[in-house]
Amino acid sequence: MSAGHAGTNVLHHPGDSPVHRLPPQVKIVAALLTVIGVVATPREEFWAFGGYLVLVVTVWRMARVPVSHFAKRALIEVPFVVIALLMPLLGGAAGALAGWNILAKGTLGVLTSLTLAATTTPRELIVGLQRLRTPAMLTTIATLMLRYLEVIAAEARRMRLARISRGHDPRFLWQVGATARGIGALFIRSYERGERVHLAMVSRGWRGAMPDRGVAASPATWLAGLTPVLVTAAVLGTAVLVP
Amino acid sequence: MTPALLVKGLAFAYPDGHQALYGIDLRVEPGERVAVLGPNGAGKTTLALHLNGVHTAGAGTIEVAGLPVTKVNLHEIRRRVGLVFQDPDDQLFMQTVGEDVAFGPANFGLKGAELDARVHQALAAVGMTDHIDRSPLHLSGGQRRRVALATVLACDPEILVLDEPSANLEPVARRELAEVLLSLGRTTLMVTHDLPYALQLCPRSVLIDDGVVVADGPTGDLLADSELLAAHRLELPFGFRLD
Ligand SMILES: Nc1ncnc2c1ncn2[C@@H]1O[C@H](COP(=O)(O)OP(=O)(O)O)[C@@H](O)[C@H]1O
Ligand SMILES: [Mg+2]
Repeated sequence: MSAGHAGTNVLHHPGDSPVHRLPPQVKIVAALLTVIGVVATPREEFWAFGGYLVLVVTVWRMARVPVSHFAKRALIEVPFVVIALLMPLLGGAAGALAGWNILAKGTLGVLTSLTLAATTTPRELIVGLQRLRTPAMLTTIATLMLRYLEVIAAEARRMRLARISRGHDPRFLWQVGATARGIGALFIRSYERGERVHLAMVSRGWRGAMPDRGVAASPATWLAGLTPVLVTAAVLGTAVLVP
Repeated sequence: MTPALLVKGLAFAYPDGHQALYGIDLRVEPGERVAVLGPNGAGKTTLALHLNGVHTAGAGTIEVAGLPVTKVNLHEIRRRVGLVFQDPDDQLFMQTVGEDVAFGPANFGLKGAELDARVHQALAAVGMTDHIDRSPLHLSGGQRRRVALATVLACDPEILVLDEPSANLEPVARRELAEVLLSLGRTTLMVTHDLPYALQLCPRSVLIDDGVVVADGPTGDLLADSELLAAHRLELPFGFRLD
């Protein structure tokens, strides 16, 4: 697991900004409500989406996370972009508007999620879910998935090194078989390690909930944390109500 | 006096039908340090995983300080039996050393100042206090092993069970760990096939092979019996002398 945390923490940008310090449950609610607000915005109100983008970038500035951090990670939304670009080809002007709708809302949704992930560690996210009374089963699954991701990433790295040091050069197509067998072995080994990690957690008295050493957030904290949601609501209200 | 650990006729088969234990009897008095010796596949780890109820005995009974290992007692049993896994990477999974050490005692209900005090005590006992805010992944093998030990010590167990504590340790780290273990003064069961380590740390040894106890006595006597060792695929390192 030596480099394990690097594996899951690709999304997290450690820092000590006001955004980082907000209790995780506040950030989860804020991100969720913001996304709902974005999705509810009529697609033809172009200026509103510009407003949301300014809002997200402002949060990045406050969190002191560079734009490049998000630019690289936003690549996961490439499928959205492809669909959006195909829409006009299929449906003319209406298609173009539909494509824009997917592109704008998809991008803002992805950027909002990335902002949450950049300023909140995986563990905090789980604690946050717990404080929001998410069913224990869900938080347990989330905890174990995080743990498995880390384990799998580290195991994959080690096995790749071992293959490469034995002369495997994954650039050659005919060596794809070794990579495929590697993935099979990886699955089994990750499963076994995940099993042992789980046993080690259970052995230390774990019964499905992460220990929570924090305190409840005050109304003032909630208000501060939900400011972006208020801004989103104002933009949405204007877009819907003002002719 | 109530023994710290009492195992009677313990038998166990894995779900795939492989019988790993064939009736183990073992009695450990409070304060004793006992080595569990045996070749690979003898059933040592399987036995260790029974002591805190991770595996459920197929036949036989286990008592920890008088309390039987049964489903209803499981949480208390896990507090009493501190199991240190063979691979520290299975045991350490939090972002910082301090969080990892707090995980166990928090699961057992400690909070606030009491929890912090317990974490500091445990880290001090293994000489790792200065590393409390570091990621476990950035520590050396020997340091990780000591932190893994601290995560269990923090639960203040009545009996410490260590699975192959000297595996993969360089000589200096191995000696430092021995010094820590000797300084703890706790009832300890140490699973190992490192015979010199057993001699250094444990006045008494139990030899297990094929799922049964084949010898039980002073460690020096067991190790002096070269026929016994040879019969169970164990041998002292080249050049090692018992006197
Ligand atoms: N999960 C498992 N499923 C089936 N058999 C197992 C499992 N784990 C261990 N065994 C088998 O049980 C026996 C005892 O294993 P183990 O307790 O790990 O031995 P040791 O720790 O002494 O090397 C071995 O023959 C091993 O192959
Ligand atoms: Mg073993």
